[in-house]
Amino acid sequence: MILTEEQQEILNGKKGETLAKVMRTMVMYGDAFEAEKLVPITSKYNHLVTSFGLKVMSPVYDLMQKLLDAGVCSEQKFSVDPRPLDKNVPANFLQNLVFNKFMYTKQGFYEEQLKKLGLMNEDAFSCTCYMDEIGNKPQKGEVLSWAESSAVVYANSVLGARCNRNSGIIDIMGSIVGYVPYFGLLTDEGRRADWVIKIETTKKPEAQLLGSAIGMRVMEDVPYIIGLDKWLGSELNDSTCAYLKDFGAATASNGAVGLYHVENLTPEAKELGKSLICEDAKEYIIDDSELERVKNNYPIVWKNPSSKPKLCFIGCPHLSLEQLKDWTINIESRLNQNGKKRVTVKTVLTAAPKVIEAFEKTEYASRLKKTGVVISYICPLMYMNNPLCKKMPVITSSNKLRTYTSARYYTDNEILNIITGGLR
Amino acid sequence: MRQFQGRVITPGQVSAEAVVTKQGFNTLASLQMALQFGDKEVKCGDQNNEELYGKPLINKALCLPQTIGSTTGGLVLYCACAMEKNPACLLFASHIDSLAAAGAVLAEVWVDNVSMPVIDSLGDEFLSYVKDGMKITVKENGIVEVE
Repeated sequence: MILTEEQQEILNGKKGETLAKVMRTMVMYGDAFEAEKLVPITSKYNHLVTSFGLKVMSPVYDLMQKLLDAGVCSEQKFSVDPRPLDKNVPANFLQNLVFNKFMYTKQGFYEEQLKKLGLMNEDAFSCTCYMDEIGNKPQKGEVLSWAESSAVVYANSVLGARCNRNSGIIDIMGSIVGYVPYFGLLTDEGRRADWVIKIETTKKPEAQLLGSAIGMRVMEDVPYIIGLDKWLGSELNDSTCAYLKDFGAATASNGAVGLYHVENLTPEAKELGKSLICEDAKEYIIDDSELERVKNNYPIVWKNPSSKPKLCFIGCPHLSLEQLKDWTINIESRLNQNGKKRVTVKTVLTAAPKVIEAFEKTEYASRLKKTGVVISYICPLMYMNNPLCKKMPVITSSNKLRTYTSARYYTDNEILNIITGGLR
Repeated sequence: MRQFQGRVITPGQVSAEAVVTKQGFNTLASLQMALQFGDKEVKCGDQNNEELYGKPLINKALCLPQTIGSTTGGLVLYCACAMEKNPACLLFASHIDSLAAAGAVLAEVWVDNVSMPVIDSLGDEFLSYVKDGMKITVKENGIVEVE
């Protein structure tokens, strides 16, 4: 890798041993991808994936402390993934004991570290930092040092920013030195499509299911999706962006997709069209039966597969304001159809603190409360990631949550039926 | 015995028993629960990976195409190394992915006395040939012997 004089001096230790190690990390990371150079980060804010004070992650907090002790901090402020705990989310005595006394004992300590390292504000905890209410929304073409797979794929695909699928810790180290290695999704060539996906369904495909199917098939490649604009239109409005958010999160967690193009919809596909497709691109046709096949192949890891669900999480990644309103309307309507007043399964809708704040100012907040649904800023994944939850029949409409935990996936419509006392 | 030539991401020499997955290795789903709850064998917790689910990973030669999933993957791998609960080596058939590369580099730069050689680009034939339980020897120059 060819470094500038300034970068070489940092690597040589002119600005201290710790910063030299940070630079060495970024150079070695780039070398693994034959990156020729480091390029400046141009976004206003960074986004970190590590938001949780898990006791087991002590080596991470030790490393952060080394950075703080050496005075090695980023000039960029950052948002970070959601907090793992919220007392509003139903938990029994044993779970609370495990969460507070065993798992997340480092939460307070780590949040203090985050503040010192440059947290945007105390509400900047969400995987959907690009929502208007939060304000970390990069512009097209900006270079990022983000982590969080769902945020990276959204920033690349929907916003047209440029970011590799960086790991936690690499995210902040890039920001500290101010540069990231130039490879992969930062380059024009790396943003070309290796796959053509043809959507031939008879109805609008479920975002989370379609993303799962594509992620599992293309893994880390870039798909160019044809035929989805038939169902989504060609404008990036609130509803379409919410769909793409959920779709992208599933591609990134069920596979390792960092960028997708949707013909006539996402910015680079609109600008460059089929010229984005590589000559030797592979093809994958998705119809109703293919989606059904994918869904039916999900393993059910509940101890008793016919158990009655005890908890439902909706909002991984976090819901948008419009989605909160839509779920409120749909839950009310389905309860009405089923002759019920309140949900029959404890249900939690999750969203960013600032989105919840905006929602609370609308008439929908009191309506949702009447249905018995809880709203929270929590990360459902962090809630679920322990052996107690493994024994608990939790349902979700999130394919990301399904992938990482024992939560069982259902479509939005199935979820609505189950939580309002309808037939499963 | 067969030899495969790969590319050295982080150097080292080691001999270990192979565990093999032909699908992407989901680092978070595979390791977090085992690390969190002190599983001494670090059994794979990824329910979506039928080849590895429930198998011990500590001190094994993990043979894989790439890693997938959450971008916490690199730091989870880094933590496994810092806690000395890592696989003996990572042997990638394909080009290494960004999350695994991050984990390997973070461990190399920031963890003292860690030894987890990481070799990539060993080829599809490597992954077709290697089976669970085979003896793997990794040399400094990226040569991997399988017997």
